[in-house]
Amino acid sequence: MPTLTIDGKEVTVDAGTTVLQACEEVGVTVPRFCYHERLSIAGNCRMCLVDMEKAPKPIASCAMPAGEGMVIHTDTERVKTAREGVMEFLLINHPLDCPVRDQGGECELQDQSVAFGGGISRYDENKRAVGDKNMGPLIATTMTRCIHCMRCVRFSDEIAGVDGMGSLGRGEHTEVVTYLDGLLDTELSGNVIDLCPVGALTSKPYAFTARSWELTETNAIDVMDAVGSNITVDTRDGAVMRVLPRLNEDVNEEWISDKTRFSYDGIKKQRLDQPYVRKSGKLVEATWDEAFNAVKKGIKGLKGKEIAGLVGDVAEMESMLAFKDLLGTLGSKRIEARQDGAALDTSVRAGYLMNTGIAGIEDADYILLVGTNPRVDAPMVNARIRKAVVKISLTVANVGSAEDLSYAVEEFGDDATLLKAIKTGRHDIAKALKAAKKPMIIVGQAALAREDGAAILKKARDIADKYCMAEGWNGFNVLHTAASRVGALDLGLTAAGGIDAILDDAEANKLKAVFLLGADEFDSAALKKTFTVYIGTHGDEGVKQADVILPGTVYTEKSGTYVNTEGRVQRSEKASKAPGDARDDWTILRALSDVIGETLPYNSLAELRMKLMAAAPASRTLDTLPTEEWGDFGTDGEIEKGGIQPAIDNFYLTNTIARASAIMADCVSAREGDQQEALKVMGGSHG
Amino acid sequence: MLADKDRIFTNLYGFQSPGIDAAMKRGDWDGTKALIAKGQDWIISEMKESGLRGRGGAGFPTGLKWSFMPKESDGRPSYLVVNADEGEPGTCKDRDLMRHDPHKLLEGCLIAGFAMRAVAAYIYIRGEFIREAEALEQAIDEARAKGFLGKNACGSGYDFDIFVHRGAGAYICGEETALIESLEGKKGQPRLKPPFPANVGVWGCPTTVNNVESIAVAPTILRRGAAWFSGLGRPNNTGTKVFSISGHVNNPCNVEEEMGIPLKELIEKHAGGVRGGWDNLLAIIPGGSSVPMLPKHICDTVLMDFDSLREHQSGLGTAAVIVMDKSTDLVKAIARLAEFYKHESCGQCTPCREGTGWMWRVMERLVTGNAEKSEIDTLLNVTKQIEGHTICALGDAAAWPIQGLMRHFRDEVENRIDTYRAQAAE
Amino acid sequence: MSTEAKFAWTPENEAAAQAHIAKYPEGKQQSAVMPLLDIAQRQNGGHVTQEIIEYIGDYLNMAAIRVQEVATFYTMYNHKPIGTHHVQVCGTTPCWLRGSDDIMAACKKTLGIEKGETTADGKFTLGEVECAGGCVNAPLVSINDDYYEDLTPEKMVELLEKLAKGEDVKPGPQNGRQTSAPLGGPTTLKAFVGKGKGA
Repeated sequence: MPTLTIDGKEVTVDAGTTVLQACEEVGVTVPRFCYHERLSIAGNCRMCLVDMEKAPKPIASCAMPAGEGMVIHTDTERVKTAREGVMEFLLINHPLDCPVRDQGGECELQDQSVAFGGGISRYDENKRAVGDKNMGPLIATTMTRCIHCMRCVRFSDEIAGVDGMGSLGRGEHTEVVTYLDGLLDTELSGNVIDLCPVGALTSKPYAFTARSWELTETNAIDVMDAVGSNITVDTRDGAVMRVLPRLNEDVNEEWISDKTRFSYDGIKKQRLDQPYVRKSGKLVEATWDEAFNAVKKGIKGLKGKEIAGLVGDVAEMESMLAFKDLLGTLGSKRIEARQDGAALDTSVRAGYLMNTGIAGIEDADYILLVGTNPRVDAPMVNARIRKAVVKISLTVANVGSAEDLSYAVEEFGDDATLLKAIKTGRHDIAKALKAAKKPMIIVGQAALAREDGAAILKKARDIADKYCMAEGWNGFNVLHTAASRVGALDLGLTAAGGIDAILDDAEANKLKAVFLLGADEFDSAALKKTFTVYIGTHGDEGVKQADVILPGTVYTEKSGTYVNTEGRVQRSEKASKAPGDARDDWTILRALSDVIGETLPYNSLAELRMKLMAAAPASRTLDTLPTEEWGDFGTDGEIEKGGIQPAIDNFYLTNTIARASAIMADCVSAREGDQQEALKVMGGSHG
Repeated sequence: MLADKDRIFTNLYGFQSPGIDAAMKRGDWDGTKALIAKGQDWIISEMKESGLRGRGGAGFPTGLKWSFMPKESDGRPSYLVVNADEGEPGTCKDRDLMRHDPHKLLEGCLIAGFAMRAVAAYIYIRGEFIREAEALEQAIDEARAKGFLGKNACGSGYDFDIFVHRGAGAYICGEETALIESLEGKKGQPRLKPPFPANVGVWGCPTTVNNVESIAVAPTILRRGAAWFSGLGRPNNTGTKVFSISGHVNNPCNVEEEMGIPLKELIEKHAGGVRGGWDNLLAIIPGGSSVPMLPKHICDTVLMDFDSLREHQSGLGTAAVIVMDKSTDLVKAIARLAEFYKHESCGQCTPCREGTGWMWRVMERLVTGNAEKSEIDTLLNVTKQIEGHTICALGDAAAWPIQGLMRHFRDEVENRIDTYRAQAAE
Repeated sequence: MSTEAKFAWTPENEAAAQAHIAKYPEGKQQSAVMPLLDIAQRQNGGHVTQEIIEYIGDYLNMAAIRVQEVATFYTMYNHKPIGTHHVQVCGTTPCWLRGSDDIMAACKKTLGIEKGETTADGKFTLGEVECAGGCVNAPLVSINDDYYEDLTPEKMVELLEKLAKGEDVKPGPQNGRQTSAPLGGPTTLKAFVGKGKGA
């Protein structure tokens, strides 16, 4: 715990703290470009030079460990001159067209130049011009702007764990590139845009669509996966212009996935902006009254057991509760949220949560993955695992299909029966689990969605019970892929027999009416004969058999409560306007209840939330990792031999918004293009 | 003048074979086992006593440097790395040591390696020195065949081996941490210090990087005694040194001389004098391109050692003397060095990457005189913005030649601007 | 369709590559990337290709981008075909003081090409290098693996003409001196002269 003096202020800091961090602790701002607290120290920009007594020259504060008795000055003439010098060097080859550039108004170079620069340039020579690079559909490059801080290269290498970026050449000809001008092939690529302190790497989809000072920022929660990444939705005139990460150390740190960041164009495309009613086999536009009456007519005389509901993957808790309540007034409790058929069990809350927590991964010393590819299931969880692998040599073992997770994984094949051997303790994994102090098991939907999912869940539970429990440590984790899933389970939205039984009964005409709350991730053909009401946002799978369509809102258009895979309850705020006649789902359900049955007992969101707290007590505590009682869950049974198939086919196309997004489609085709290119090259050199 | 009996590199010019038998006749590999038997502490203490300062340019006391290495391993092996990336313009001494007297270097590696408890030495030789690398490889094979290297080297009970690693064209790899990066198979970009190589060097292990000459003189120092070496030269500037004398002299050459020899004597005795006579001298860069030049009046009396040259705001550097007679366009000479530094900047840190190109471009205009006089001050200010602000010393090295030029020959630069203007006005 | 054969080590070069890798501690095979690029460049007739970069990346378990970084950082790796004789004139100050401009001019005139170009017959590529480290033997040029020193424009022309004709040329000083000793004989260590063969 060294004590040092900074500008006359004494401060004691943790060992390993750098001088720059120590300066921050006493409130002294040190300008920097290359330094980033989540990346390795590069020390290359030289902007953070400060004076250290007894040192012959200024030191790079970002790289210098704080030492006992150091005396640091950040306000000397020498420091001022050094900063002005570095600033001038950075600008001599940097174009000064800030007013017309995207980074203008939110550029670290611009800001620091104003704060620490000399104000004039004495450079009369020609400026360097650097050719732009192609980094795929998401990242626009203006490499003449690059100041060679290497944040993007370090991010790719260290955080994303891909080899895609580097810097070629040397001296003033050094150029930051992707390998062969190719795609930066990571689902985290957009983060380099945030990291770039100048405007060299900018968002391609956002390019020239707005200026930063025109935007209204709203804090929201992402629904592209079950992580609940904290985001800021930037809007102009009620339209989403971009999505940026919002710092939450426990969830997504300061990163988000490309799907979270770039699928926002899907919000506007293929939207259902007014009610529809099927007449003579065709969907025709209708008024809300007509639509509600059509529902009333469709379910007239039906018994509760003839009615069921399916809940989609992106629903917020409020509409799910209203949905549950509405079907309840119709006499039906048959509501299923597990569209993928995952054999999750609501009997014990700890049985369907990521109990260790995302940040808890950094404390773990062994992780066993069962049927999950976290890189596509939850990129933020994967980034956290990678961080722990790199920083604390976390060991990761996998039972499931072998995929490139961006870090080393001990692969044990994809045969689910391995779990039996692990449980008995005969398997190497069992030995490793036993030897570990804080082991985790992470069970994915790919394992639970199998026919024998309940048995797998039970076996995973038993393994966790045997090896993964310690004082203050619950190593049992379910990694969900759907943003709505934990909230739905908290509301008990499961039905005996699951979705398969509902679809079977619909085909067998035992079910006469099915309500879909944004449910699009199943084959709707089974609902051909059933009266189907679709409440949702996009013209996707769910509308195919719909008899009545009631247009709802997407996550950016409503205030909603979501529970992430950890069981963390988070509130998202309304950022953008819904299109046309679309309304918040819970208000639709409330209005519909007026027409078809018993009026739902809430007239405002606040009232609904009061009911929600009663229906799902966990929802009372926001923004906290819960500690749930351990218990028994799952069902003993035979685990079939055979491989665990991945849960997600294509990372970029997992929900209606993403599928409607042209940007996501570009991401898919860019990758297909790369593959074809590779095949061509190989064919060429063989021929 | 240094007596031949006190010269260490008796085959500097390669009149004799570099082979091991000839080398042994010249005294190499003589009693190496006994030297090692005296132990690490004795070797390091003797090296300290000798006053030897690093021969690669910075002049850090060699024995002291060795003493920074861990006495006990924490599980990591230690390494000796020999810096043979000779590339400082004006300097070509290590080339001769490696091609003509390689066994001195190898024996030095064994002894130094033993003293710092290293398991092996890597000689990082500049890529262009292909024949020199071949000479080293051959010498290593010879020494291995005789049991001087490898398991139980020289019968000392110590296991030690030496490997040659060729660079591929990058002056910056002469910087010790850039060299380490390069040895690890990366771009030669200097590391931040701390940590220092003695703590975290090549492959994360304790490492000492020494110049070829510093290592190659060690066996002779130990055989003849620290007192012999420290008796040569002046206090704090002891021993012998291989000088490279290039440029406008009648007979450019390398020569081993006593530290502190007057610059004039060095040139006149060994290099046949300045072309056109001493009075035709304009300026000398006394220690390789990085050190500031000296005008004739200083050269008249200055002594060739660390302290004397430092007193005149220059430095001994690599002891490479670049002589420029009165026919020299000094501005062009320095502009060419500015181009060199721009070309060799690794590009990692801002002041050097951006500043070396800026300085070179202004220098090129000063060569023709196409500039404002105020730009001289701007240029000097730019050199100050680079100096002391970079990760490694290349920034300083690029700044100093220009500072030296302006310190002593600013009039010349201003005159040229006047001439250019007068011509432009016509 | 390309008819070029895929790059793969010759047996001799595979052995050489393995010998280099063996110099470094286990798991540190990346250290061998520079020598391997050099071997591959020689095998390929003087320049490296993207295919070679990827081949070596695979061989050393290194990302191709990391190999490419190395291959573009160091100046001795060529990225386009070069002539049989790669003539590189040192132009840094010590050589410049002793007439390297004239040497370069002589090369350009004799070969009929500019810096960075290759003669039509593919025999010569001309380039300039930064300080070659033979300053007391200035001016000098490096041609492939050897230095030719103490040149005059006339000697340079002679040298190029001999090379063009396929005649043998002797590396080292072209003015008859012994390596870096003063012209006319050493001023020191005279007792050691003539007792053995020169370098």
